[in-house]
Amino acid sequence: MHPAFSVVFFTTATGAGYGLLALLGALGGLGFIPADFWLGFVGMALALGLIVTGLLSSTGHLGRPERAWRAFSQWRSSWLSREGVASVATFIPAALFGIGWVLLGKSGGWVAVAGLLVAAGAVTTVCTTGMIYASLKPIAQWHSRYTLPAYLIFAAMTGSVLANALLQSFSLGSSAILALALLATLGGWVWKLATWRYNDRLEIPTNANTATGLAGGTVRSIEWPHTEENYLLKEMGFRIARKHSAKLRRITQALAFVVPIVLLILVFMAPWPLAAMASALVAVSQFAGMLVERWLFFAEAKHTVTLYYGRE
Amino acid sequence: MTCLPAQTDKKLGLVIDLDTCVGCQACVTACKEWNTGGHMAPLTDIDPYGGHADGVWFNRVHAYEHTTERGGRTVNFPRSCLHCEQPACVTVCPTGASYKRASDGIVLVDESKCIGCKLCSWACPYGAREFDADVGVMKKCTLCVDRIYNDNLAEEDRVPACVAACPTSARHFGDLGDPTSAISQLVEERGGVALMPELGYKPTNRYLPPRAHSEGAAKVDAPALEPIKAEGGFLGWIDRMLSN
Repeated sequence: MHPAFSVVFFTTATGAGYGLLALLGALGGLGFIPADFWLGFVGMALALGLIVTGLLSSTGHLGRPERAWRAFSQWRSSWLSREGVASVATFIPAALFGIGWVLLGKSGGWVAVAGLLVAAGAVTTVCTTGMIYASLKPIAQWHSRYTLPAYLIFAAMTGSVLANALLQSFSLGSSAILALALLATLGGWVWKLATWRYNDRLEIPTNANTATGLAGGTVRSIEWPHTEENYLLKEMGFRIARKHSAKLRRITQALAFVVPIVLLILVFMAPWPLAAMASALVAVSQFAGMLVERWLFFAEAKHTVTLYYGRE
Repeated sequence: MTCLPAQTDKKLGLVIDLDTCVGCQACVTACKEWNTGGHMAPLTDIDPYGGHADGVWFNRVHAYEHTTERGGRTVNFPRSCLHCEQPACVTVCPTGASYKRASDGIVLVDESKCIGCKLCSWACPYGAREFDADVGVMKKCTLCVDRIYNDNLAEEDRVPACVAACPTSARHFGDLGDPTSAISQLVEERGGVALMPELGYKPTNRYLPPRAHSEGAAKVDAPALEPIKAEGGFLGWIDRMLSN
């Protein structure tokens, strides 16, 4: 699949944004994170900023963005529509939570209710994003039991790393949040390795025989219907060389998992402001690593239509 | 509405005979010609005379070499929308632009509602949908919905343009939901198959596999020519002279 930057950035940014928003909503609402104006303001601005730029970026690949409002209508059947509804619906409790927690400096009571609703909305939205990909049968690498948990784990991971960076920069570091960020990053690494392992050994029942209905023997493409690349090949025929794929997997692991894990362990011991700087560096490194991961998620995914064009 | 009808009154579709298709591309050009002025018009071409010609087509003919233990053969393979019974291209549509008609099962796009998110083309395993970058919407085969019910056309012309154009009658159109229809009988008789049935899209269109290689057929080799024997006389002299 062609890794369009707008979609790569959208899924990475909204994943981190909703992860942070869910943590702020749940932990801030219940009073585990203190209600402080600047902390709350920067945190909510960061979370909502990531979500809004991500959503705007996703409209960048639409052919007719002025009709985007129509995408809220088919939530009964479409995960993309459900994502749209869930993302917009989450803004309502987020606004109430922002007023209560950031502006009024409150936690508990109705602010806690709003915060928990924010967390529920954020988790729901990430689930719908994951299901858009997990529901696509023509792409075996996505249509697997690894896809939905991956979106949730990576949202929790990038969100908790951002939450840790936020708290550390206000000198309010919490070892519980730090431990969560560390564990989630470890979990993300394990899940990504397991996913790659699964995909590398995937035996897909669909092949050139079933695609053409020509039973038995071998089916070799000898002539395409067109001489130049068409929409199908540009959108779904993207190929990545195995050696680049291996290198990019190492880059992903280094930036998204190894560097964050090492630095987060150091943060446990480092004094402020060193801990804050290291935490910020973790967030930046992991975000960059996750962009590479998401690029690979698309680049390594093979669509059945390429079978018609002679893909092995 | 992108929810699918529980069942359709008819299952209109195509049956394509891989035995007789000669890959002449007549169906491809007839489709393009009709549809660039039809229901989904235009089928935009970008840089049509340049080095990177690209454009929207509803029907594309591939060629494959099918090799089995009994030998190999070239198979021309037209590929277009199969008007599936379970078309995920419809259910993934967030706007309601894609729909499957309850009356005849044809899968269509309402261009005025399409936002061009392209998710439907990802959801189609067969590559039936092509994005029109110029108009910004997704386009696909309409089964020539503007021909098959068109009272302005003569009765015999109320078939999809690709079917009307096929010089070898490799393309057939009809109701595959009716087991007594001529097209259903043809599928029954020739063992027509669905493409990628394992994905569960339940395509309506069927492909008739090439007929089996014939065995024990009469030998048609021509007898070998008599060798030239020119040993004497004038011709013999010429033969010897030319052989020197």
